[in-house]
Amino acid sequence: MRCVLALSLAGAWALASAAAPTPVGLKAGAFDPPQAAADFPDGVLASDGGALKLSRYRGKVVLLVFGFTHCPAVCPTTLATLAEARKSLGADAAAMQVVYVTVDPERDDAAHVRHYLAGFDPTFVGGTGQPQALEQLRRRYGVTAQKVPARDGSADYAMSHSTSIWLIDREGRLRALMPFGHSAADFAHDVRQLLALR
Amino acid sequence: MKTLRLVLAGLAVGAGGGLAWAAFAPPHVASRDELFEIPQGTWARRMAGNKVEILPSRIDLTLGLNDRLLLRNLDDVPQQFGPVLVMPGQSFRLPFEVASTYSFDCTAHASGQMSIVVAEAPATPWDRLRWRWNRMRTKIHA
Repeated sequence: MRCVLALSLAGAWALASAAAPTPVGLKAGAFDPPQAAADFPDGVLASDGGALKLSRYRGKVVLLVFGFTHCPAVCPTTLATLAEARKSLGADAAAMQVVYVTVDPERDDAAHVRHYLAGFDPTFVGGTGQPQALEQLRRRYGVTAQKVPARDGSADYAMSHSTSIWLIDREGRLRALMPFGHSAADFAHDVRQLLALR
Repeated sequence: MKTLRLVLAGLAVGAGGGLAWAAFAPPHVASRDELFEIPQGTWARRMAGNKVEILPSRIDLTLGLNDRLLLRNLDDVPQQFGPVLVMPGQSFRLPFEVASTYSFDCTAHASGQMSIVVAEAPATPWDRLRWRWNRMRTKIHA
């Protein structure tokens, strides 16, 4: 039994090691060696229906964003930038998938997230669902999110959250992390580089 | 007395030459990576109650010289740096192309923030002197 386990681990390691190295010229920060991106736990729902799983997007480069639809600045900027990047990819656009997971499931149900994302690009898919599942997902990616009460004492609130974008290759490996503030051209550049990996 | 004068003159010429070199020679670094390693056992030491500082709260980088932050996790557990979760045995290399101050939330620091200050490459003799001086100071304190 031990031998089987050891062989399985060795095999998994060999497969992981066989991954093509991450291109050195990425604009984003690159992970080396790349490892399998954590899939989404049960309880995370897609804005277009059903369970949201990363494995659904094998064959595409996934840009994973965490945010909330009431976000006043960071999320609209990021999503508009990603929409522009996708447009600039031309025929390669179909191989780029933006996944936007809410950190505010209280207000962001699937229908609301879908409507919000359609304003940027109708192909963007949102994630919402059970708070515990979303929290578990955030832990897997090292994402922080915290409720910030309104200063006027009302029941309104904002969310302070991680603003980076995770880049996952066609094989489901977490390749890179782009800090907030990069241009659409930078995203398009990196997506092209990741699409070229075999 | 004559020997002393000669020695002093030699020292003055040497110091002047050194200063001139520091001011006019183009700066060079062995690697563009500014490396920070998390040694094995860091997590265990933290759990034992030891205060372990891995990253300074401010990191200075220079475009065209050391403009890539390289984090290497040699520990047995994942380590979080600002927005980045680096797995055991994994590295994360973040390049910078624009001079600016980048602030990241980082729970590892008392201020809750980590700043990366990216400066333009030193272009004037005075800038080169200052860059070399700061670099030497950083190396001594590391």
